[in-house]
Amino acid sequence: MLVFLLRRLAGHAVLAVLAASLAYLLAAAALRPRAEFEDRSPRPPAAVVDAELDRLNLNDRTPLADRYRVWATGVLHGDFGRTWQGDPVNGELGRRLLVSLRLLTCGAVAGGVLGVLLGAWAAVSRHRATDRAITFGSYLLLAVPVFVLAVLLQIGASRVNDATGVRLFAWVGETGPGASGGAFGPLGGLGDRVRHLLLPSATIALAQLALFCRYQRGTMLDVLHADFVRTARAKGLRRRDALLRHGLRTALVPVATYFAYTSGLLLLGAMFTEKIFGWHGLGEWLIDSITRGDVNVVAAVDCLAAAAVLLAGLASDVLQGALDPRARAGAR
Amino acid sequence: MNRRTRAGLALLAALFLLAFAGPLASPWSWDATDFTAFRRPPSAAHWFGTTQSGRDVFALTLHGMRKSLVIGLLVAVLSTGLAAAVGTVAGLLGGWADRALMWGVDLLLVLPSFLVVAVLAPVLPGGWPVLVVLLAAFMWMVTARMVRAATVSLREREYVLAARLLGAGTPRVIVRHIVPQLASLLAVDASLNVSVAILAESGLSYFGYGVRPPDVSLGTVIAGAAGSATAYPWLFAFAAGLLVLVVLAVNLIGDGLRDALDPAGRR
Amino acid sequence: MTPVLQVSGLHVDYAPDVRAVRGASFAVERGEVLGVVGESGSGKSALALAVLGLLPAGARVRGSVRLRGRELLGLPDAALSRVRGKDLAMVFQDPLSALTPVHQVGDQIAETIRVHAGATRRAARTRAVELLELVGVPDAARLARAYPHEFSGGMRQRVMIAMAIANDPLAIVADEPTTSLDATVQAQVLDVLRTAQQATGAAIVLITHDLGAVAGFADRVMVMYAGRAVETGPVGDVYRRPRMPYTIGLLGSLPRLDGAPVRALPADAAPAAEGCPFRTRCPVAVAACAVTEPAALPVAPSGQVAACLNLAATERPGAVYPVPEPVPAPDRPPRRARPPVLHVSGLVRHHPQYRGALYKRRVGAVHAVDGITLDVREGETLGLVGESGCGKTTALMEILRLAAPPGGRVSVLGRDTAALGRAGRKALRRDVQVVFQDPFASLDPRMRVAAILAEPLAIHRVPKDRTAARVRELLELVGLDAALAGRYPQQLSGGQRQRVGIARALALEPRLLLLDEPVAALDASVRAGVLALLRDLQNRLGVAYLFVSHDLAVVRSVADRVAVMYHGRIVEIGPAGAVYGTPAHPYTRALLGAVPVPDPGARQGRVTLPGGPPDPSAPPGGCRFRPRCPRHPGLDAGRARLCAELDPVLAEAGDDDHAAACHHLGAR
Repeated sequence: MLVFLLRRLAGHAVLAVLAASLAYLLAAAALRPRAEFEDRSPRPPAAVVDAELDRLNLNDRTPLADRYRVWATGVLHGDFGRTWQGDPVNGELGRRLLVSLRLLTCGAVAGGVLGVLLGAWAAVSRHRATDRAITFGSYLLLAVPVFVLAVLLQIGASRVNDATGVRLFAWVGETGPGASGGAFGPLGGLGDRVRHLLLPSATIALAQLALFCRYQRGTMLDVLHADFVRTARAKGLRRRDALLRHGLRTALVPVATYFAYTSGLLLLGAMFTEKIFGWHGLGEWLIDSITRGDVNVVAAVDCLAAAAVLLAGLASDVLQGALDPRARAGAR
Repeated sequence: MNRRTRAGLALLAALFLLAFAGPLASPWSWDATDFTAFRRPPSAAHWFGTTQSGRDVFALTLHGMRKSLVIGLLVAVLSTGLAAAVGTVAGLLGGWADRALMWGVDLLLVLPSFLVVAVLAPVLPGGWPVLVVLLAAFMWMVTARMVRAATVSLREREYVLAARLLGAGTPRVIVRHIVPQLASLLAVDASLNVSVAILAESGLSYFGYGVRPPDVSLGTVIAGAAGSATAYPWLFAFAAGLLVLVVLAVNLIGDGLRDALDPAGRR
Repeated sequence: MTPVLQVSGLHVDYAPDVRAVRGASFAVERGEVLGVVGESGSGKSALALAVLGLLPAGARVRGSVRLRGRELLGLPDAALSRVRGKDLAMVFQDPLSALTPVHQVGDQIAETIRVHAGATRRAARTRAVELLELVGVPDAARLARAYPHEFSGGMRQRVMIAMAIANDPLAIVADEPTTSLDATVQAQVLDVLRTAQQATGAAIVLITHDLGAVAGFADRVMVMYAGRAVETGPVGDVYRRPRMPYTIGLLGSLPRLDGAPVRALPADAAPAAEGCPFRTRCPVAVAACAVTEPAALPVAPSGQVAACLNLAATERPGAVYPVPEPVPAPDRPPRRARPPVLHVSGLVRHHPQYRGALYKRRVGAVHAVDGITLDVREGETLGLVGESGCGKTTALMEILRLAAPPGGRVSVLGRDTAALGRAGRKALRRDVQVVFQDPFASLDPRMRVAAILAEPLAIHRVPKDRTAARVRELLELVGLDAALAGRYPQQLSGGQRQRVGIARALALEPRLLLLDEPVAALDASVRAGVLALLRDLQNRLGVAYLFVSHDLAVVRSVADRVAVMYHGRIVEIGPAGAVYGTPAHPYTRALLGAVPVPDPGARQGRVTLPGGPPDPSAPPGGCRFRPRCPRHPGLDAGRARLCAELDPVLAEAGDDDHAAACHHLGAR
């Protein structure tokens, strides 16, 4: 197993290096950081702009191959270069990654778990009102793009705030100004964080929920009439217990591996949520950097995203091996 | 054809009708400006209200939907076609060709497609058709893997084996026995890809990387209105509602087709 | 004595109007075994599920199911759950899909105990290991921690039985417990079931399509047709003197080991909707049969009852179905004078073997075919028999490739396949055709019958204007109505489909037909018809058959010569009469002994072969059959050493080309 994982990791590393290089070359060739510098007022002299761009390895007059070599050498030494303002990318990357993870973990896990439960429940009560309601709900939710969902939640939250007269929900940034220094001290700070976390997490959770609800319902329907569920009932388990202990346990395998796999894609998938709710995470950074033509940041975020996708793929393999004895090798 | 597919088709037909015939019913053109009405709520004159620059939201939204629908359909057809070509070739040839193609698929899957499209779309000349090509170029990989898997399993079917043992050559086997089976899978996938494409287009447009002015799509309409949605809900509600309906209709068709064609694989 | 399990007037309807079971009644006493026999669609599985209350949601049940006098029908799930697995247990057909893939088998057995007895986890596990030992799972303590996919079919079925007897049930319902298992393993599983029954004293309802399995196991038998019990009685009486035409036909259509002619039931006409359902196939139907559905009437003092309006005609069961006219053997020169159409010598095929589903790891090579030599001459049938995994299908596929094999030589119609070019190979395909096991899978579901039959003609460029006539001709040849040409395969019955498969294979008038288990997927009554067709076609067309099957009785009824395969080798080959009459190899003897014979008296003195089919990747040194050989333990040390050290080769075992690969052919 270990040998297999290492081999797969090596194969993945090659893919990651290629993907990262491609992304850098693409960004370096297409983005125009020069325009940003020249647009400053007062308009700086051409020589200053060139010097600045050279310092940041962003000068489009340097051949692409040379810029790539400088960048790649840096990355190999663990240095992703400097941002457009001249700060190191590394530090900001770590900070933003933490922000994104704070935002994603709650939402993704809550959405996944809820989705699995609802999907299983819908499958078990197939053709009944519960199933219809859940299925229709998941269909509708799947059809709502995240940026619409986020706005709808904001509208709803502002109604609630207006009605109650208390700012139950807040949706700009991670914290409100001065909350932790207020009357409730650090506790107020925590409450404020939670308050800010609610809406964006709900956005992510709902999108995740719809997806996993549909998927879990499908896999659950497949095992609903499986012979082994019937066997479990023939042993004397009630329908519910048989479905939970034997059906759900088996139907969970593909869903869990899928969850692991998609978690790698989520890292960038949160960009809408971050942007709309003003969280300074990776997705938001990427969008802003593309607009600014900040090549090094774009490339760095891409490296991270590619690594996340590949690690998630690996994690889903490991998870499948752990959950499904049939996938384990060398048995017998 | 089951109930879900029929409902989805009816809904989609109605939306198409609205997108293409609706503007004829409205006195306003999508790019005309009413200088007497800025940010007015829905009224008899402007059914969906007007924008801050005095444009008729009804005409604007329908025009955007038209573009979104066209882009969605084109992207789906292109990407599914590409997926079918790569998937069948890889599945049938096997060996090195298969490995090389699938490796390419893996590479494209690792590359964040949003980033590539967002970086490239603004610098490439050609407007929205380029966006269609770019979207299609980054949407076919998962389908291609599926087509390949289906082809490999079809290749092993007993009736395909029987045809081979009768002396049938590879082209005959593909045309007579494999393609007809894949057709249904591809139809399903193409219809689901329509919704993926529409969502991707509107997402990109929302950030300004997709359809760009003067072109209008549902994504750009929503983006323009999202910031002030609380205060001026009509600017946002109609475009968002139509977008949801379009995606819903297409998903219903695709999932319904899948259930009808493959009762065992309800995913 | 009051019956343990009593079912009366049981009806099962699936929505909207599929009537699966229509008024079935039976009773079983403590320690008694009732065999319920029926073919697909007879409603026997619905009956089993109805008794346990496990029918799918859409089904409606009427009637009564009483366990020791307590009515079970209509009980809520919670109450029924306390009965299921405790007093009333079930053994399911396919133990791979019937066991949860992600739980250890020990846990699955222990769960049965814990649900009812509330035992501690550890106590239940200990008991599970005991149960596994009871049903003959070796190394039970270790294997209790294994997962279902790590077991062989026979071992899995033992696990199912262990689960069923875990709480000393009053009654066990076993639904096709031995189907899809090899004959030698089938016999073992039935033995285990018998042991389990003796340990618990439970009543058993054994549901099967296999009349042979019932004959040796059940005390009484109930024959079902179209949802009704058409004949019930003590096994001996029903088998010796059946009175319902369906029972008579079913028993008469079974291929027999002695090669006696079988009487085919009229082919698969659908059961009639009104009157007697069997009248569409019944040779003694009278006018009244179209109107009234007969009730079961006593026909013997032993309690045998039969549902037939024309009982007078079945007084002499042997006269109900016409004796098939003895087919005059076509005038052919003696075997030696006929040219071989297929000659195989020293054929070898090893498959690389992988393990693991997530990532594959090569763990060795399966010696699927390890040097076999045989020939098939014009107009004759060679039967190739053996248990699953013995390499018979691999050998057939290797011949079909018509390409150079990895080892040895294959020559067809005198042409060495290794020397064939592309065009030559395609031309040769006209002469070598194949019929597959599963008629569901081997016909393209998107093509009509006419298109399926026309395909070989199109491939080999037969002029289009001759196609339609040839398709009609082919349909007639295999006894199908010309109107079926416009149907799709899924609109045909299993027997019809297999006839289409045969017609397709014959379209180009081949000289050699390779048949891979062509009747294994068919019901017994349909099987006889297809076998008769194959014999008839051979007589008329002079085509040679290589007939691969695991079923010795089926092979007996078609083959002129028989080759017995074990572990990639041919261990015995010779004329059918000689191999079946005086088997020389101990494996052949064991196989013949394991064949379920539809004769309740024939069970005594049978030897059950120990163990399952061998692991094909690891042949033992010396004689490959040694680990399972019933002869080997009785040998003195010197002779036993010969078996351990030397791999035997085929040697003359009588006259007439009869040969066997055993060091001790003389020993008994």
